[in-house]
Amino acid sequence: MKRILIIGATSAIAEHCARIWAAKGDAMHLVARNEQQIQVIASDLKVRGASAVTTHCLDLNCVDRHEELLNIADDALGSVDIVLIAHGTLSNQKSCELSVKETLQEIQSNALSTISLLTLIANRFEAKKSGSICVISSVAGDRGRASNYVYGSAKAMVTAFTSGLRQRLHKSNVSVVTIKPGFVDTPMTSEFKKGFLWAKPGAVASKIVAAISNRNDEVYVPAFWRLIMLVISLIPARFFTRVSL
Amino acid sequence: MLQVGLTSNDKNSSFMTNLTKIYGWGRYNQQDAYLHAPTSCASLESTAKQQNNVLARGMGRSYGDSANALNVLQTTYINHFIEFDRATGKLTAEAGITLRDILEVIVPSGWFLPVTPGTSYVTLGGAIASDVHGKNHHIAGTFGQHVKSLSMLLGTGEVVITSPEHHADLFHATCGGMGLTGIIMSATIQLLPIKSSFILQKTIRADCVEVACESFESNSDATYSVAWIDCLNKGKSLGRSVIMLGEHAEQGGLEIDTRQKVSMPFSTPSALLNRFTMKAFNAAYWQKSKQNVSQTVALMPYFYPLDAIGEWNRLYGKKGFIQFQCVLPKNDGVANMRKLLNEISSSGEGSFLAALKQFGVSNENLLSFPTEGYTLALDFKASETAIKMVKRLEDMTVDMGGRLYLTKDAVMYESTFKSTYPNWEKFEAVREQYGAIGKFSSTQSKRLGLA
Repeated sequence: MKRILIIGATSAIAEHCARIWAAKGDAMHLVARNEQQIQVIASDLKVRGASAVTTHCLDLNCVDRHEELLNIADDALGSVDIVLIAHGTLSNQKSCELSVKETLQEIQSNALSTISLLTLIANRFEAKKSGSICVISSVAGDRGRASNYVYGSAKAMVTAFTSGLRQRLHKSNVSVVTIKPGFVDTPMTSEFKKGFLWAKPGAVASKIVAAISNRNDEVYVPAFWRLIMLVISLIPARFFTRVSL
Repeated sequence: MLQVGLTSNDKNSSFMTNLTKIYGWGRYNQQDAYLHAPTSCASLESTAKQQNNVLARGMGRSYGDSANALNVLQTTYINHFIEFDRATGKLTAEAGITLRDILEVIVPSGWFLPVTPGTSYVTLGGAIASDVHGKNHHIAGTFGQHVKSLSMLLGTGEVVITSPEHHADLFHATCGGMGLTGIIMSATIQLLPIKSSFILQKTIRADCVEVACESFESNSDATYSVAWIDCLNKGKSLGRSVIMLGEHAEQGGLEIDTRQKVSMPFSTPSALLNRFTMKAFNAAYWQKSKQNVSQTVALMPYFYPLDAIGEWNRLYGKKGFIQFQCVLPKNDGVANMRKLLNEISSSGEGSFLAALKQFGVSNENLLSFPTEGYTLALDFKASETAIKMVKRLEDMTVDMGGRLYLTKDAVMYESTFKSTYPNWEKFEAVREQYGAIGKFSSTQSKRLGLA
């Protein structure tokens, strides 16, 4: 039985990961902002077989409460084996362009709050010389594009931060897994027309759960995104500037 | 693709203005719809309040247009378990959960669905709204007969609990009510205890439809019974059938394998399904079925053989297909069934997926389909001649005192519906009383002349 802390537990990808862990009988501590929904998910996970489920309602942008969040999780689970950080928002690029406040808010939600958590978790896991950290980043962080560079740059920060953290914690037997999903059919992307590139959250979640138990480093889900993003990042800047992506 | 996918649009404006094409499972009926996929019961309530002509839609597995509407509330994300008492087998879950998800949890604990349709890819809410039946109808009745209570959102915006004891009129209108009385948000059902996830299956060959019906009669104590029936053979061997009886095994463990095997990636050219390939299929199926053979089979392939092939409806090509399912009263049922089969086999339009089953008695639910007698279900590749054929079969069914299954229906006349579902006026009265009229409707309900 694993003891798992899930931050952003109401996100569709996190919820599907939790369902897989529940079926294995793992224990989970869920953190999210929406009190009502987190209770709905907790009851669901118990029926699906989770050995224990506890919840904590918190707006993750309150970074000064992250230390407390981790203390509560430790108390609830005894000790934490796996942390999944999955919270985030899909920024509205157009309105960010018109508002410094909104741009910085998106960077705060998608990058800074994650980095705050990672800093604290890293020190705890480093001290006990065990644990797995998994962060949901995005293919959007591989190269900034006009259509969503605010979200993309926040995710780029998360990707670079976890890459460095992975090197640092390698010596301490702590794995850091960076997940880069492509298009996933979730409530966050409900307004998009779905085509063949879109993946279902259940399928993405099973790759994530496997990546954590295999202690992988950087994982594109589905895997073909590695190739797509390789091509996109190889386009020379002077051509890239002129295309619309 | 990248442009579309990675661009973040203005959620509120595109949410309301984008029409999406939706289909019934037969892919014959199409509808441009505004899709809403609320992520919680609270957002489902607030979304429903803002719309008229709204309908809840689960997996979209009903064949015709009964899950099509202008404003569709998809219950995809309303799919959580609420409570499961492993000692008593009482299960409560949100309406958008699939039977497949339920099976994954209940079977290893020694429980099974009291009634199950031929696919596990339907939602709990959909199974109730269609008051689905299974191979054990003659013993267990319909799905709705095992529902303890429902939590529903009414047209008035109110959420009520309904059961056979509480708001019984609403309950019996909602089970089988095609989503037209309100939105089912969650349900409590009583499960069936099992000792094993295996089924003891016995196969009996019947040379014609009369022998098949006799066989149902003489095996009426079997828990599960259904027949695959050949709708292409004529004359003496008209309606030759392979009857499959089933009992829950006592041994073999409680494991369940719900992994999807293969999927149809695209629609096949529909010319691949013609009378020659279907005849060949039917002949092969008949040959491979041995007389009086007993075998032990796993639960998933026994109950849900087609679930192994994802999106099998694409086999019928781009134009899709129509399914015809009727029930004929037991009186003269066998002779009438022969008449129907004669009509089908002489047209050569029949499909290779036809099923025959004996139904037990009907229930109190106002629009529930099953009545005592024989039911026949088969597919027709969509075409003008096939539709004419289905309409002829519809007329014959009405003359024989039978009726058609609303969940399969794509083309029924209003007059057929109103004469064969005599409780439709009571149904409308209940809808009126609970504020459903003008609020909830489907393409089908409008076609059938419901308000």
